[in-house]
Amino acid sequence: MTVLGKAIAHESARGHVTGSALYTNDLLPRRGGAAYAWPVTVPHARARITAVDTAAALAAPGVLLVLGAGDVPGENELGPSRRDEPLFPSEVQFFGQAVAWVIAETEEAAKLAAGRVVVDVEPLPAVLSIEQGIAEESYLTEPLFMRRGDAEAALAAAPRRVSGELFVGGQEHVYLETNAALAEIDDSGHMLVHSSTQHPSETQEIVARVLGVSRNRVVVQALRMGGAFGGKEVQANAWAAVAAIAALKLGRPVGVRLDRHHDMTLTGKRHPFLARFEVGFDDDGRILGAKVELFADGGWCLDLTEPIVYRAMFHIDNCYRIPAITVMGRGVRTNKTSQTAFRGFGGPQGMVVIEDILDRIARTLELPPRLVRERNFYREGDETHYGQPVRDAARIERIWSALLRSSSYDTRRAEIERFNATSPHAKRGIAITPVKFGISFTATFYNQAGALVIVYADGSVQVNHGGTEMGQGLHTKMMQVAAHTLGVRLDQVRAMPTRTDKVPNTSATAASSGSDLNGAAVKRACESIRSNLAEVAAAELAVPACTVVFEDGQVFPRDEPSRALDFSALARKAYLARVPLFSSGYYRTPEIHFDKATGTGKPFHYFAYGAAVTEVEVDRFTGAYSFRRVDILHDVGDSLSPLVDLGQVEGGFIQGLGWLTLEECVWDARGRFATSGLSTYKLPGLGECPLELNVALLEKATEPGVVYGSKAVGEPPLMLAISAREALRDAVAQFGSGGIIELGCPSTPETVYFAIRERTEAAGGARRAAE
Amino acid sequence: MTSRPAPDPVFAFELNGETVTVSAPAHHTLLELLRYRQGLTGTKQGCDKGDCGACTVLLDGSPVLSCLTLAVTVAGRAVTTIEGLGAEHRRAEGRPHPVQEAFDRSGALQCGFCQPGMLLSSAALLRKNPSPTADEVRAALSGNLCRCTGYAQIIEAVLRAAAVERGEDPPAPAWSIEPRDEEP
Ligand code: FES
Ligand code: FES
Repeated sequence: MTVLGKAIAHESARGHVTGSALYTNDLLPRRGGAAYAWPVTVPHARARITAVDTAAALAAPGVLLVLGAGDVPGENELGPSRRDEPLFPSEVQFFGQAVAWVIAETEEAAKLAAGRVVVDVEPLPAVLSIEQGIAEESYLTEPLFMRRGDAEAALAAAPRRVSGELFVGGQEHVYLETNAALAEIDDSGHMLVHSSTQHPSETQEIVARVLGVSRNRVVVQALRMGGAFGGKEVQANAWAAVAAIAALKLGRPVGVRLDRHHDMTLTGKRHPFLARFEVGFDDDGRILGAKVELFADGGWCLDLTEPIVYRAMFHIDNCYRIPAITVMGRGVRTNKTSQTAFRGFGGPQGMVVIEDILDRIARTLELPPRLVRERNFYREGDETHYGQPVRDAARIERIWSALLRSSSYDTRRAEIERFNATSPHAKRGIAITPVKFGISFTATFYNQAGALVIVYADGSVQVNHGGTEMGQGLHTKMMQVAAHTLGVRLDQVRAMPTRTDKVPNTSATAASSGSDLNGAAVKRACESIRSNLAEVAAAELAVPACTVVFEDGQVFPRDEPSRALDFSALARKAYLARVPLFSSGYYRTPEIHFDKATGTGKPFHYFAYGAAVTEVEVDRFTGAYSFRRVDILHDVGDSLSPLVDLGQVEGGFIQGLGWLTLEECVWDARGRFATSGLSTYKLPGLGECPLELNVALLEKATEPGVVYGSKAVGEPPLMLAISAREALRDAVAQFGSGGIIELGCPSTPETVYFAIRERTEAAGGARRAAE
Repeated sequence: MTSRPAPDPVFAFELNGETVTVSAPAHHTLLELLRYRQGLTGTKQGCDKGDCGACTVLLDGSPVLSCLTLAVTVAGRAVTTIEGLGAEHRRAEGRPHPVQEAFDRSGALQCGFCQPGMLLSSAALLRKNPSPTADEVRAALSGNLCRCTGYAQIIEAVLRAAAVERGEDPPAPAWSIEPRDEEP
C-alpha cells in the first residue's frame, strides 16, 4: 500500500492546528537580544534626496542604529538580473519607498524613531500610468515579439474585424504572513538568515552581495511561509539584506517584519496590463488573424518584468488556434512599486485578453460565446504561435465536453433564460472558459533542481530539497515521493526546512514547477539509495537484487513477501556493511528551449489543462452580484496528493476570482497606493465565495515524463476564474439588446453597475429614437 | 526637562487556564502582549488593524481580535489562545478540541497562517451553537480571511467538528484521508 496518490493531510497540519508551526517572525521573540527594524519612507513618487538628518532618531530611546547607504559593506544593490535596484536609493522612485532603516531594541522604539528621521527631498516629475509611460517612452524592456504568418494580410483579408483596448488590473498578493527576515551570526561565525523567501539561493546571493562576502559565508533558511504566491520570489531579498547588514554591524540578531501597510506599499504586485488588439475573423467566428500589443506596468525597476511580459505573450492564445498573429509585449517603467511575480506570472493577463476578444467576436456575430470558443480550439497536431506543438490538444475538448455534461450546462442555460425572462432587475449569466497553461520556467536554466536524501542507520529518513513550503503542500508531496520510492512508511520520513547549505544553487519555488523539479530530484536520490540497499538485501535474502521489493517499511523477494526484512534492520545492516545511506539527486527538464530573437521554441515541458463553468446573478441597481455555482474540471495528471491538489484548485480559483472581481489596486494622483490596507483592498472572504463549488480532477490523465505521471497545479487553476468574469458579462448582456459589452477588469460591482447603465441607457435611447 | 513615564500597569488574568501576572504599557495590545511578552506566537499578526482575523483569541469564551484589544482590559478575565485550545478542552472533556482534529484531517489548511484565528472562531461558534448550518458557519467565520484555500474545506471541517462534538457520526468527508497514529 503506497502513500503516493493518497489523500493525506498537509505535513504541517498538526503544527498549524496547535499553533506550534513556526514562521520566520515567530523566531524573533525566541531569540534573546534580538533587535527590531522599521523603515523610513518618503511620501513622493519621485524625488531627489538632498539630506538625511538622523540625529533626533539616534537620540530617541532604544535606538541602536539608523542604516543608510554608508553602512553597506558590500554593494548597495538588490537587482537579481539588472543592477537597477539600490537598497538605499539616492533618488526616491515610488511613493513610500524606504530610504533608511531604524534598528532599535523594540519594534515600537524603531517605529517611533523612524518618524524622527528628517529626509529633505526635491520632488521630481513622475510617471504614473502605462499611457504616460508610453507617451514619454519610459520603458523597462525593449519591445518583444512573437510572430506567426502575416497578420497584416490576414486582417486585411478577413471578412470581419474588431479592435479594442482592455486594461487589466493588478493584484496585491496579501499572503497572510507579511514579509519577514531574521539575521544572526551563527555559532561558527557565519551569517545565518531566516527568511520568508521563495528563493533562498537568490536571497543568499543578495545577502552575500550586500555584505561583500562570498556565498559560502551565508546560509539562508526558509522554514515555511504563510503564503507567498510569487510575492516572495524576488521581493523577500531586501528585508533579508537589511537584517543581515544590521546583524553584522551590531553583532546581535536583527529581525525585519513589514507590517501590512508597509508590505502593501513597499512590495510589488501583479502587473497591470494595457492591451490593444485588432482581430479578423470569419462569419462563423473563427479567428483568421490578430495583432496584439501588451504593455505591462512594471513599476520602478526591472525585477521579473521581462519574463512576465513573455508569459503574457505565450498565453495570448490560451486554447485557441490563431493562424496569423503578431504579438508585441513591452514593460513600461513607472514610479510605482516594482511589480513582480504573482501566480500565473503574466499568463492570466494574456489569457483574459483573448477571452475578452472571443466574447467580442461572439457578440458581434450574435453567436453563443461557448460556440465561438469551441470553434477556435486547438486540435491535435496544431502548433502554438511560438512554434511549440500543442501536445494533448484533444484534452481541451475532452475536459470541455465532460464539464458541459457534469455541470448540466445546457439545462441550466435554458433555466437561466426562463429566469431572466421574468426577472427585470436581477439577471443571471453563465459562462464556460478553458485553460491551457505552459509548465516550465521560460528562462531555461531555472529548470533544474537538487535534493539530498539521508537514511539513518535506524531506517529513519530526512528529505532535503531545493523547494520552499508556502502552504502549497510541496513538502507533503516530497515526503510521499520519498516514502513511495524508498518503500517506507510516511511516518519514517521527515521533510527538512529548506536551507542553502543542504541543497545549493536552487531555483525559486515558482512557475508551478516545485513538485515537478524537486520531485524528480528526490526520486532520483531515493532510487540511488534504494539500489544500494537492494544489493544488501539481495545478499541477505539470497535472491537477485532486481527481484527485491521495497514496500511500506518492508523489504522482500518479489515472490516471497513472507520473507520480509524490516527496512530499519536493513538500514542497520547496510551501515555495518559500509554501504552509503545518503544520496543527492539532480534533475533538469529535458528538451526545452526558446529563442528570443525569433520568438520561437519549445519553452514548456507540457501544458496543464482545465475548464470552469460559473453562474452568477447580478442586481441591476447596484451592480452587486453573487456567484451561484462553479463547476471545475482540472487536469493534474496522476495526482501525487489529491487533497493537496484539490486545495490548490479551489484556492487558485478563489484567488483568481478575487483578482477579476473584487481586488482593485488604486494609485492616487500623487502615485500613492491608496488601497494599502485590507479595509480598502477587498479580498474574497467566506461571504464572497460561490455558494456551490464543485471540483473534479481529470481521470486517466497520466503525464509521461513527469514525476510519477503528475502535473503541476499551482498556477493554472487561477485562470479558471476567467469564467466568472465572462459569466458577469453574460449577465450584463441580459440588460440590453445585443452588441459588444465593454467590461472593466477587475469587474467590481461598481464596474458592473456602469456596464449595465451603459446598456440600459443605450437601449432606452434607442427606444426613444424609434418612437 | 523630561517627565518620568508612568510605570507600566501590572495586572493578572487567566491565560490558557493558568493565572499569570504581567506588566504591559497601557497602549499595548493583547496581541503584542501574547506574542512578544508571553512568547505565544501561535496568535498571528496579519494586519494589526482588525481586518484579517488572524489574531483572533477567545476572551471569556467569545472571539475577539487581539490586535484591537488593549492588553490591560483583559485584567481578571480568561484568555484562550490556540496553544491553550486543545489543553483546555482536554481538561474539560478528556480529548483535544474536535475543530483541531477536523481541520487537521480535512485539507482545510494550506499555509496555516489563518488557522489559529479560524479555529478559535470555530470553537466559539460551536460553544454557542452546537448545530450550525453551513450558512451559520459562513457568517461566524466571515471575519477570518484565508488567502490560500477556497474556504470549502473549512466549512466542511467545522460541520464535521460539530457532529463529533454532538457525539454523532461525522458526515463522510469528501475525501477519505489516510489515518495517522498520534493525536494533536
Ligand atoms: S491582526 Fe488582528 S485582525 Fe488582522
Ligand atoms: S491557509 Fe494560508 S491563509 Fe489560510
